[in-house]
Amino acid sequence: MARIVVDPITRIEGHLRIEAEIEGGFIKDAWSSATMFRGIEKILRGRDPRDAWFWTQRFCGVCTTVHSIASIRAVEDALKIKIPPNAQLIRNIIMGIQNVQDHVIHFYHLHALDWVDITSGLKADPTKTAALAASLSDWPNNSATYFKGVQDKVAAFVASGRLGPFANAYWGHPAYKLPPEANLMATAHYLEALEWQKDVIKIHAILGSKNPHPQSFLVGGMSIPIDPDSQNALNADKLYEIKRLLKKSQEFVEKVYIPDLLAVASFYKEWAGIGGGLGNYLSYGEFPDANGNLWFPSGALLNKDLSNVIPVDQGKIAEYVDHSWFENSAGAGKGLHPFEGETEVNYTGPKPPYKNLDTDAKYSFVKSPRYEEKAMEVGPLARILVAYASGHKETKAAVDMVLGKLGVGAPALFSTLGRTAARGIDALLIAQQTPKWLDELIGNISKGDYRIHNNENWDPSTWPVEAKGYGFHEAPRGALGHWIRIKDQKILNYQAVVPSTWNASPRDAKGQRGAYEAALVGTPVFDQNKPLEILRTIHSFDPCLACAVHVMDVNGNELVKVKVS
Amino acid sequence: MSNEKKSGVPEKSEHGLEKQGYSIGEILKQRGVSRRDFLKFCTAMTAAMSLPASFAPSVAQALDEVKRPTLVWLNFQDCTGDTEALLRAANPTVGEIILDILSIDYHETIMAAAGHQADEALEQTIAAHKGKYLCVVEGSISMKDGGVYGCTSGRTHLEIARRVCGDALATIAIGTCASYGGIAAAVPNPTGAVGVSDAVPGITVINLPGCPCNADNLTATVVHYLVFGKIPVMDSKGRPLFAYGKRIHDNCERRPHFDAGQYVEHWGDDAHRKGFCLYKMGCKGPATFHNCPTQRYNEKTSWPVASGHGCAGCSEPQFWDTMSPLYRRLPNVPGFGIEATADKIGLGLVAGAAAAFAVHGAMSALRKDKEPQETKEG
Repeated sequence: MARIVVDPITRIEGHLRIEAEIEGGFIKDAWSSATMFRGIEKILRGRDPRDAWFWTQRFCGVCTTVHSIASIRAVEDALKIKIPPNAQLIRNIIMGIQNVQDHVIHFYHLHALDWVDITSGLKADPTKTAALAASLSDWPNNSATYFKGVQDKVAAFVASGRLGPFANAYWGHPAYKLPPEANLMATAHYLEALEWQKDVIKIHAILGSKNPHPQSFLVGGMSIPIDPDSQNALNADKLYEIKRLLKKSQEFVEKVYIPDLLAVASFYKEWAGIGGGLGNYLSYGEFPDANGNLWFPSGALLNKDLSNVIPVDQGKIAEYVDHSWFENSAGAGKGLHPFEGETEVNYTGPKPPYKNLDTDAKYSFVKSPRYEEKAMEVGPLARILVAYASGHKETKAAVDMVLGKLGVGAPALFSTLGRTAARGIDALLIAQQTPKWLDELIGNISKGDYRIHNNENWDPSTWPVEAKGYGFHEAPRGALGHWIRIKDQKILNYQAVVPSTWNASPRDAKGQRGAYEAALVGTPVFDQNKPLEILRTIHSFDPCLACAVHVMDVNGNELVKVKVS
Repeated sequence: MSNEKKSGVPEKSEHGLEKQGYSIGEILKQRGVSRRDFLKFCTAMTAAMSLPASFAPSVAQALDEVKRPTLVWLNFQDCTGDTEALLRAANPTVGEIILDILSIDYHETIMAAAGHQADEALEQTIAAHKGKYLCVVEGSISMKDGGVYGCTSGRTHLEIARRVCGDALATIAIGTCASYGGIAAAVPNPTGAVGVSDAVPGITVINLPGCPCNADNLTATVVHYLVFGKIPVMDSKGRPLFAYGKRIHDNCERRPHFDAGQYVEHWGDDAHRKGFCLYKMGCKGPATFHNCPTQRYNEKTSWPVASGHGCAGCSEPQFWDTMSPLYRRLPNVPGFGIEATADKIGLGLVAGAAAAFAVHGAMSALRKDKEPQETKEG
């Protein structure tokens, strides 16, 4: 049995290391380790709760809005603040375009090179490539001249002998199955998507000053004023520009992303039987309307059972540190609810430089969150499965369309390919839904409703001495929760359990694997010196490690002693 | 006496960036980029470098002569926000940067290779181009406990930085974390995080703070080097003057409202909708040196103040402690002249906030801060 290490896992956010044991060409066991730690939650103690969104936003610059959203929701929950409908709609639009843009970047720039051999595209016939592309959609760039141009560009780049970020990769690996024409088409769209993503995300700049790290979030609403009669506020000009960019976003997803996804998937159908993993899924639901009803439903599924959607209860979440580089005074094998957390970082891994981690002991800066002691997978697949199983009309139609075109049944979703397909379905649904929130916003403004912020509890002197709350957000990468305790107008405790904490988690006290680890077991590896297959399954989760690694650090016990006035 | 660092031709500059293959101008032509678009790019770069428009032809000529320089990009204690900012670059676009302008031989977020193939790519690059490559660092570097809080490929980021930055022609610290330690270095700095110039003393570092860095300032810095063959003049905090030479407050489109005493008092009030000054809502523009008001973000679409939210001071060292809370008014902001530089006034202005930071260091859960005295305006 051979033990291999893939570190760094590239084309992800953050620092992830995978160790795997391979036997007979298949992964027998795997360990997921996060190797970078900052301790932002510890840094948050004692700060102004209204600032928390700005700090937690820096958990991650890829999921650049998601921690802001979860944070302001947690504070608003703690202080019982209801936000105006326009602020909700603006947040929905910001979340919507974040999701779509993030998924497209993931598919083309982080994941595609696991399936697409750029060098093979040099052998493609541009005319046949154009015919292939035209058979998939009526995207205007589907001409032979266009694909010839891209091919020439790539050829000149390769001829320069300096491949930059494309050097030393797994080109020519037998696991690449696409014909040259499909490879050329995907390469062309890799470059187009690079242009597209910087344009559509200008919606964040219009509504929030910049991207990454937009700066218009506020506890109680948003800071972008609305006034059709002002040049310094959201006016008709800016709303129209958002409308144009949303249309551009939707068109690209419908005419490029989904067709490419289906085309690539059709050559890799065996991956619908690989990488399934845990089979337990958790989704918090998302996109509230003015009454707080969620457009995507929340729920949990166990053991791939789509007939039973279990309601989510945040009280059933606990984090374990038995294999994480933290200490926990609750004792071995005990999990702590985020409100009760009390954890200190304590690195006990090997002294660098090291070759292997001791995976029988602690081996990651990521903790192990569990739902009723069960390891769960979160992300677009969980979100889509929960919505599908809940009978969500739009989701059901989109899933059935994709399954139908690929000629596979619903069980194909429980896989590496299913995860990648669900991300596309998710982007499609949200790209089609977001313009409706914009129309609603325009409708409100037409009626003279310019409210963007609820000032009632802005002043900390209006707050109770102690308060606690949580904020859920179904982020592009899945179920995200922030928990906050406030005392004397300051943060007493802050805790985030983020999507990649669920997915990248190491084993828990019972030895239950995290989602990455479970999904890797049984994955074939053709050449253990070039473990392309590991990248396929890991990338199908869209890891985001800066998010995943955090520490809660609280005087939990002290809080118990303090009387609430 | 000015305490600005002298414009530096770095020690290794006699080697310069290597000549390799075609010039950028030739490559762009070969890739079907028209001369017109190339000149448009040069004009945009000229503006980003705060040069008069008449310099555009010189920029074009210089770029015509320079070959694709090698660049390695290291991610340490980061959030990848600066990489995302790079993806939003427009002049040139990231596609042009990767394919035409630079040879980005190592960048974990975008590179195809992984694991030991990625390691090999790094090792081959720094061996083959020793002393001649540019290094970009994103994220702070943990110094505590031997640097165990940041490892890649089983080695600490500290070790990687010392080796890779040490052999670079120059290192660009992108973002506030790489420049000064950033968020991870905020009190109580659990991992002993520092910026590159503290982790790797004695090397040439150009700091491009901002959270994230404006990608235009990165491309302008690289082009500045390609055009002039030397690194830009920097202030005492290692920031190029072309991008950080002026206070936000002095270039702010809302400055007239500050001078006229017209302030936003509540989020969403009439003054907020009319675009009045955000000073009372905690704007840190009066203490922050950055070109946000002129350069703006996402192809000049907007910047924080234009979206109705104050500046957070994100390009200043230790701003996480000295400029917070976010919504607390800066104390003692008189209307001083626009000739001031960061070195002359920056420290004085945040002194009140810095005192709060010292208290913050000894913070306990039960402590209550006294708010510093606020300047009454308007």
